[in-house]
Amino acid sequence: MSDNNRTGVLLALPATAYVGLLVAAPLGVLVLYSFWTQTYIDIDRSFTWENYRTAFSDPLVRHLLIRSIWMAGLVTFVTVALAYPIAYFVAFRTRNKTFWLLLITIPFWISYLLRVFAWRVILGFNGLINSTLMSAGLIDEPLDFLLYNEFAVIMTLAHAWAPFAILPIYVSLQRIDRSLLEAASDLGAGRVECFLRVTLPLTIPGIIASSLIIFIPTVGDYVTPALVGGSDGKMVANLIQVYFGAANNWPLGATLSLMSMAAVGMVAVAFVVLLRSAGKAIR
Amino acid sequence: MTRLSRLMPGLRAYVLLYLVFLYLPVLLIPLFSFNDGTVVAFPITGLTLQWYGQLASEDALLRSLRNSFIVAGATAVFSTMLGLFAARAYVRNRFRGQRWSEGLVMLPLVTPVIIVASAMLTLFMLIGLRPSLATVVLGHTFLTLPFAVAILKSAFEEFDPSLEEAAYDLGETVPGTFRRVTLPIVAPGIVASLLVTFTVSFDEFVLAFFLSGDRPTLPVYIWSQIRFPARLPNTLALGSLLLGFSVLLLILAEYFRRKTRRIAADAKR
Repeated sequence: MSDNNRTGVLLALPATAYVGLLVAAPLGVLVLYSFWTQTYIDIDRSFTWENYRTAFSDPLVRHLLIRSIWMAGLVTFVTVALAYPIAYFVAFRTRNKTFWLLLITIPFWISYLLRVFAWRVILGFNGLINSTLMSAGLIDEPLDFLLYNEFAVIMTLAHAWAPFAILPIYVSLQRIDRSLLEAASDLGAGRVECFLRVTLPLTIPGIIASSLIIFIPTVGDYVTPALVGGSDGKMVANLIQVYFGAANNWPLGATLSLMSMAAVGMVAVAFVVLLRSAGKAIR
Repeated sequence: MTRLSRLMPGLRAYVLLYLVFLYLPVLLIPLFSFNDGTVVAFPITGLTLQWYGQLASEDALLRSLRNSFIVAGATAVFSTMLGLFAARAYVRNRFRGQRWSEGLVMLPLVTPVIIVASAMLTLFMLIGLRPSLATVVLGHTFLTLPFAVAILKSAFEEFDPSLEEAAYDLGETVPGTFRRVTLPIVAPGIVASLLVTFTVSFDEFVLAFFLSGDRPTLPVYIWSQIRFPARLPNTLALGSLLLGFSVLLLILAEYFRRKTRRIAADAKR
């Protein structure tokens, strides 16, 4: 057993150390930077809380941070709600599950950048919907509510995250002991009651997993808000990129990165606690 | 089908709609890349290959393509190597800190990329590593490792540990067993992992955007083209090629993944 133990540690070490190092070291440096200041092209390395003070008092930062979390929450909700029936269908209503799972995951493997670009082509001012409607003579001027707003961001991300929502829920549906459902219906529960009081509570772990997998990366999403969000749809990642790029204020960018991470962490924990207790309540 | 599915015609209709939602954007790119007009609209006026022809003469594009091949190739090799050892340990060994290690290795999958990108850029600049293709490889290896580990874990799970034990009992050394028993059986899994990590790296944008400096990869090049409406037809053509290439690699990966299962089953007999 101890030999087994040693081999395991040795074999897993390179990958663990690599990821560990590339998580810990950059984070450490980010923390350092957040206490330094940018003076033109140099970095002033004397310790200061200035960046945090600036970030907390800047209404733009607060606004973008809150909106990123709000948008990520909305995206998560829409994506999971749209995906749940699909997971249900694959788990309970199909024979060839492998085929269906493959069908659902194929679009995910196509470059994320291209999928966002595709939505821009569809929803754009001169995009597919507008141009087609105009050439058909149904509208006189392009509909401007399609692109560059929150709707476009939610639509695009609900598309991008689809498999991440479907798969964990599918797994938890698949684990449900079918005799529980029979028991419920034998005891006189209708189909709706059966779903609400047996199926749904048992898939809470799947819903939590899906939601976290979607929520956490969405808060820091850069491509979608930049390409389809317009000025109304911008999120915190876009601001972070500006500080690391054009504005060339890395310490403030680092501070923002850390603040978004802390915010994501807090919201995620609150969400898990909330949903767990909700799951107990409906049972 | 079952009685219940007849009770729920709504569900089937919904699934169909959802599939349209999933596939429509993806299929539009190749469809309109053959359109001879510069406006994306139905009905399509005529078909042409001219946008594809124009791609071949763009030096910046060809350079970024070469950069992407270098980055994705190196990333695939590194993360598959790291993943191979780790996956073997996770499936075959029980060791202290295993759960912790498995969780950590999956972490890149659920970390906001913008934070990873900004943090890595800061670190690399601090230790004097200028943005280059090498820094992109370091970042992509981190990002693709969860995929390699997941694929290789399932490859190891497929095959019977008694085969390795039999080799030891027959006097084969540890490296010998690895080369003559383990490797041939998990080889298709390794190929699948190489293909998948290659694809993920080849398509990745945000990290490359932050870390590539003045040597853009293909997605970074595409990003620079997306803003210009006049470049739309060419971008569509380029996108279709990239899309076709990714799908091809993934079909291959799936083929090899299934082959692992077959080989493992044959070896058991």
